[in-house]
Amino acid sequence: MKIHLKIWRQKNAAAEGKMVDYDLDKVDVHMSFLEMMDTLNEQLILKGEIPVEFDHDCREGICGACGMMINGQAHGPVAGLTACQLHMREFKDGETIYVEPFRALAFPVKRDLKIDRSAFDRIIQSGGFISANTGQPAEANTLLVTHEEAESAFDSAACIGCGACVATCKNSSAALFTSAKISHLAKLPQGEKETAKRVLKMVTRMDAEGFGHCSNTEACEVKCPQGISVLNIARMNWEYTKAAVLKD
Amino acid sequence: MKVAILKSTLSRKNLMALTGLFLCFFLVIHLLGNLQLLLPAERAEGSFNYYSDLLSGNIFIMMISYVLYFSLIAHAVDALVITLKNKKVAAKYVYDDRKQVSKWYSRNMGILGTILLIFLVLHFKDFWYLYKFGAVPVDKEGYKNLYVVVLYAFKSWWYVLLYVCAMLALGYHLLHGFKSAVRTLGLYHPRYASYVQIFGVIYSYAITIGFSVIPVYVHLTQYGLWN
Repeated sequence: MKIHLKIWRQKNAAAEGKMVDYDLDKVDVHMSFLEMMDTLNEQLILKGEIPVEFDHDCREGICGACGMMINGQAHGPVAGLTACQLHMREFKDGETIYVEPFRALAFPVKRDLKIDRSAFDRIIQSGGFISANTGQPAEANTLLVTHEEAESAFDSAACIGCGACVATCKNSSAALFTSAKISHLAKLPQGEKETAKRVLKMVTRMDAEGFGHCSNTEACEVKCPQGISVLNIARMNWEYTKAAVLKD
Repeated sequence: MKVAILKSTLSRKNLMALTGLFLCFFLVIHLLGNLQLLLPAERAEGSFNYYSDLLSGNIFIMMISYVLYFSLIAHAVDALVITLKNKKVAAKYVYDDRKQVSKWYSRNMGILGTILLIFLVLHFKDFWYLYKFGAVPVDKEGYKNLYVVVLYAFKSWWYVLLYVCAMLALGYHLLHGFKSAVRTLGLYHPRYASYVQIFGVIYSYAITIGFSVIPVYVHLTQYGLWN
């Protein structure tokens, strides 16, 4: 198949970017989107041009490194996928495909499609952990966790931190990402104890990084490759209010 | 509680949710009172005027009305603060198709809210202001005759149409607003959250249809086809 690409090219964080047109012939319908990008880059290198930079790692949909706006949607038109799991069969022959980086005030573009998502790291560093002493694993039966609790906590823990929730949110809110970690740890006995402290710190950090308010449009849940539920946001709101009121 | 906590994104949304839900509660009371306008004309007049007089003279209702004014203003001002911050941090794409994954009314609460604010100015002027400070005739029981004010207001079909359109905006505002408020306040239990969502949809339909039917009914029975 033949495709026309309009890709965001930006030299560095300070430079002005713009959309640049590329044409690709002989694209295999079974190629993944990133393989198509590789093909483009090979051609650019052969022509002596600078290849398009984009983040990627596992290419199995589990690491959260890749992420771009494809035809105006985070990770492309199919819900519940990462960009690497999107295949060219989802596009029509001769179609024009727009590719842009995930954008938000808190996610500055570093180059082309590559963005700085360290704001997420700083949110996690502010409280997304359990302050337990390391050492030998404890005897399993000292902390009882039911199967349902474990599954529920794991559903929240499944977040891969790709940033699609922020990119797709009209307010660039990081509520889904932050709430997933807060819920994950609040659902387990090891993490439950520090919930109040954690939620206050993480929300404060989230606000300081320049993410917007959550308007509950639920677009984030639709575009999340891991299907993280918006009920996590409700959990975060509840834990936050509780912690704010009970704080001494 | 520190001021910083009150200014956080979540606390601002809590204020939106609490004031919004109070306004939702008020709408129910308002609608129940207005339903008297659907009674046969001679009974409606006496009943509605008596009810209006009862409300305006009651100290408890007066106190609640101050909560209502506060809620309206706080809801609007807070919405403005939130929207300005969101506009500042929001991303702009060259090609944007994000609308595919959310409902249009959930993304346009500000526009719907502005329509409602304009409607409220008109609504307050035509009924609230007129009843409190204007020259309203007295009915045979000696009460201010708000009923004839209502009849007069709904005389023109375009005014009725304006009301129905405003109620449609209200309906969409509630459809997202009620659900969003409950989420913001933190109901995270999957089963009860889904029950409350269903309740929100029924509530929104009931309020919209209820408030829309009254002007149409009054117009048709007094001036229109059914007269």
